[in-house]
Amino acid sequence: MKQNPMSFQLKLNPEDFLPATEEEKESLVIMRESVSFWKDGFRRLAKNKVAMVSIVVILIVMVFSFIVPSFYPYSYKEQMKGANNLKPMQYSEQELEAKAAGEKVFPHIFGTDKLGRDYAIRVMMGSRISLLVGLIATAIIFVIGSAYGSIAAFFGGWVDLVMMRIVDIIYTIPDILLIVLLSFALKAPMEGLTEVPGFGWIRTVGTNLISIFIVFALLYWVGMARMVRSQVLMLKESEYVTAARALGVSNGKIIKKHLLTNCIGTLIVTTTLQIPSSIFTESFLSFLGLGVAVPLPSLGSLASEAINGLNTYPHLLFIPAALISLIILSFNLLGDGLRDAFDPKLKK
Amino acid sequence: MLKYIAKRIGLAIVTIWAVATITFFLMNMVPGGPFLSEKAISPQAQAALEAKYGLDKPLFEQYLTYMKDALHGDFGDSLKQRGRTVAAIIKNKFPVSARVGGISVLVALCIGIPLGCIAAIRRGKFVDSFISVVATCGIAVPSFVICTVLMYFLGVKLKVLPTLGLTSWKHYIMPVIALAFYPTAYIMRLTRSSMLDVLGQDYMRTARAKGLSQVVSLFKHALRNAILPVITYVGPMLAYTLSGSFVVEKIFTIPGLGGEFIGSITSRDYTVIMGTTIFLATLIIVMNVLVDIVYKIVDPRIKLK
Repeated sequence: MKQNPMSFQLKLNPEDFLPATEEEKESLVIMRESVSFWKDGFRRLAKNKVAMVSIVVILIVMVFSFIVPSFYPYSYKEQMKGANNLKPMQYSEQELEAKAAGEKVFPHIFGTDKLGRDYAIRVMMGSRISLLVGLIATAIIFVIGSAYGSIAAFFGGWVDLVMMRIVDIIYTIPDILLIVLLSFALKAPMEGLTEVPGFGWIRTVGTNLISIFIVFALLYWVGMARMVRSQVLMLKESEYVTAARALGVSNGKIIKKHLLTNCIGTLIVTTTLQIPSSIFTESFLSFLGLGVAVPLPSLGSLASEAINGLNTYPHLLFIPAALISLIILSFNLLGDGLRDAFDPKLKK
Repeated sequence: MLKYIAKRIGLAIVTIWAVATITFFLMNMVPGGPFLSEKAISPQAQAALEAKYGLDKPLFEQYLTYMKDALHGDFGDSLKQRGRTVAAIIKNKFPVSARVGGISVLVALCIGIPLGCIAAIRRGKFVDSFISVVATCGIAVPSFVICTVLMYFLGVKLKVLPTLGLTSWKHYIMPVIALAFYPTAYIMRLTRSSMLDVLGQDYMRTARAKGLSQVVSLFKHALRNAILPVITYVGPMLAYTLSGSFVVEKIFTIPGLGGEFIGSITSRDYTVIMGTTIFLATLIIVMNVLVDIVYKIVDPRIKLK
């Protein structure tokens, strides 16, 4: 074919269209092993000293609150006679006599409270309750919040409008009001439920604690739902989703492969940061006397009980107060570390 | 803009109605009533009292009556505090809470924003690490811990500040510190992170390149953009703080709305519960709408839909 010297026409030979040889293919293979999302995240997390220290702190607190109490020589509700209001490491007279007689007496590391209960074990049980509330409540919030948020965002339109209006309403109700009302309203049905075989455990846990969980399930998922919704809304519009659509990928596959995998970092981070705020709320409620039932202690109720004796026994307040701050701080720092590791886009 | 505001106000009314309805029926689900706890009261007198306040009527009729009165701005009389209307109680208690809360929010803003900016500008330096550590620890400490620790050291040990009541300016110091503590730390973190975001933007480089001084570029370009997340946070926070913190008011025995609210719930003072709930909900919603409008003024790029 005759060609114009000024034309951009390509000169193509049939050889250009031959399949590539094995050698040529080899040169295109990326040599490094692929790093999965999780591997990559954990590698980054392990490098973060602050996050690792917080994990260690959380593990130590967990050991002390879940394992140590089972072989601790005192129990959290046992009231020892004559051992009221002991200072840390102090012994009561009976214990001093026993010691003089050659018996071994385990010291009251944090002293005792005004009813003569060993304070160290009460603090341990208290942090067990606080941790349990934090973890279980967060699990409830996670399930409800992420399901609600992703449904609202994915269907959009009036479904989204109605669902988010409900969220707004729940957001506006003063939470303290609902908690107080619910804990009163739930009391009678809960006590009835303890009579039903199979539900006897409710009595040990305390009806108030169950009410707290129900309140969390009803109220506190809204933050999570908003977070997930905004994330899914944003991801829905991103170019790779459009590209996937253009390539003919089905909706289900887009959600599974693109939306959820990109959300997971945010989900982990929000969930971790939800734990301290659940613990925060529980301690606040227990402090106001709306939390766990006596004699079960929680860090908030321990602090609340200690206020009246603040003048003479300040350590009774400072120990649970410091511990709750430490727990919340560690979870916050771990959450920050996880965000840096799994969700670099969110890095602040 | 006007259409948007009208739409928001319509939605706000629906929300307030929903909140009031939920509260009304939930409140009446709770066993017990306002006149049951008083011991020295004959059944006849109790029935007379219930008849006087319309509590003997069917629940739905009570609801309709209440809603009709509330629409006319009449929130009824307190069932427990004889001779006082709910409006008078709110008028009496709210300013107390609002004064403490308002000062706390001002303190939080005046400390939080500048420190957050300084941390962002001096990123990675000692000042930044110091401020970040303080802010991280600050958001981990519950308010009751701060209250009690302050009370112990300043009130009981050193005896420099009075611990109870709210009569002189000295009484304000501890509640304000306790209330402002968490918001200050939170605002510091927010300002720092959004400021870092803004400082990395192209327009900041352009502003410097066209010869603006550091100060002008910071105040005119950076701060105005970085302040947006803070506004979102401050709106609802202001509503909650103004309406009184339950813990702080309980510990420092401040006669504010928060304490009144808790008291009314435990004593089943139905009209006060309803009145304060509607008041608080309205306050929060108004703040949210205001935030959206302020947003639009600060950042014209945001479209109100």
